[in-house]
Amino acid sequence: MAAEHHCVWLYAVTDDVGALPAGELAGIGAREVRALWVAGLAAIVSDVDLDEVTLRRNLEDLDWLESTARAHHAVIEAVGARCPVVPMRLATVYSCDAGVLTMLQDRAADLRDALSGVAACSEWGVKAFAAAPADPDPPEEGAVSRPGTAYLQRRRAQLSSHTHARHEAMAGARAVHAELSRLSVSARLYPPQAPGLTGQTAPMVLNAAYLVADERVDEFAATVNDLTGRHRSVRLGLTGPWPAYSFVGGHDRGDRP
Amino acid sequence: MTERSPAIGDQRVALVDLLDRVLAGGVVIAGEVTLSIAEVDLVTVSLRALVTSVSALMENQDDR
Repeated sequence: MAAEHHCVWLYAVTDDVGALPAGELAGIGAREVRALWVAGLAAIVSDVDLDEVTLRRNLEDLDWLESTARAHHAVIEAVGARCPVVPMRLATVYSCDAGVLTMLQDRAADLRDALSGVAACSEWGVKAFAAAPADPDPPEEGAVSRPGTAYLQRRRAQLSSHTHARHEAMAGARAVHAELSRLSVSARLYPPQAPGLTGQTAPMVLNAAYLVADERVDEFAATVNDLTGRHRSVRLGLTGPWPAYSFVGGHDRGDRP
Repeated sequence: MTERSPAIGDQRVALVDLLDRVLAGGVVIAGEVTLSIAEVDLVTVSLRALVTSVSALMENQDDR
């Protein structure tokens, strides 16, 4: 059997001595998760086998991507449930512990800023889908003399009803985003997900993340519910709380969907 | 009605929502080891895999 080539996978950074739960926390490949401390910061890491993560079949394998993304997320949320945490992007890998410690020292100021930026906050995802357009009224009996004309009129009405619904949905999404942005510390827009990926036939018109202060979470969730009632042009979906993935990378605040 | 799905402690986190965050969010620090094949980094390759494997993804989600 070939010797394993170990590397160190970085999940997150925190500054809390109670970051790791008692007992073992399993990371990618069921390896034990550890904390590496320097300069008052802890890197949450585990060993990974480089050969295993770089094999081509892994890179092209969606199952591998899914299980890795879920294992990465599971560690971050386990730590995040205990203390403020700065998540790392997937696949931040070092050759050894010393490399992680050097990075922690070099980036200590940025990482502390990021930690204080997300403390006492959580991330919430809001997606809006265009509501199905109402069917246009059929033309009145006797109003049209020829079947071809009737078809064309019906088709035109249908198209204009779809276009109208889409415009209404976009306007609804902008209004929803503006109101939720006011309730949150920060907001970030992601590109809308493709219909094939969402499992919804309706187009997505808003894919946003909001950083919400802990004391305003109830108000935020209530507002999402309320907005659903007020904006019939969109259907809203709320996910969360998430670790603050979307608010640690120095991205600009999103203004418009 | 608002559809509300949990993100914490629940396997029903939608993969697409998770990938938005772990592939486009998080602190970006160039690790010492870039997971790459033929100079295409892991994340790029993974995104391509995601886009070209929509049917596989939908099957995965249907299982849940």
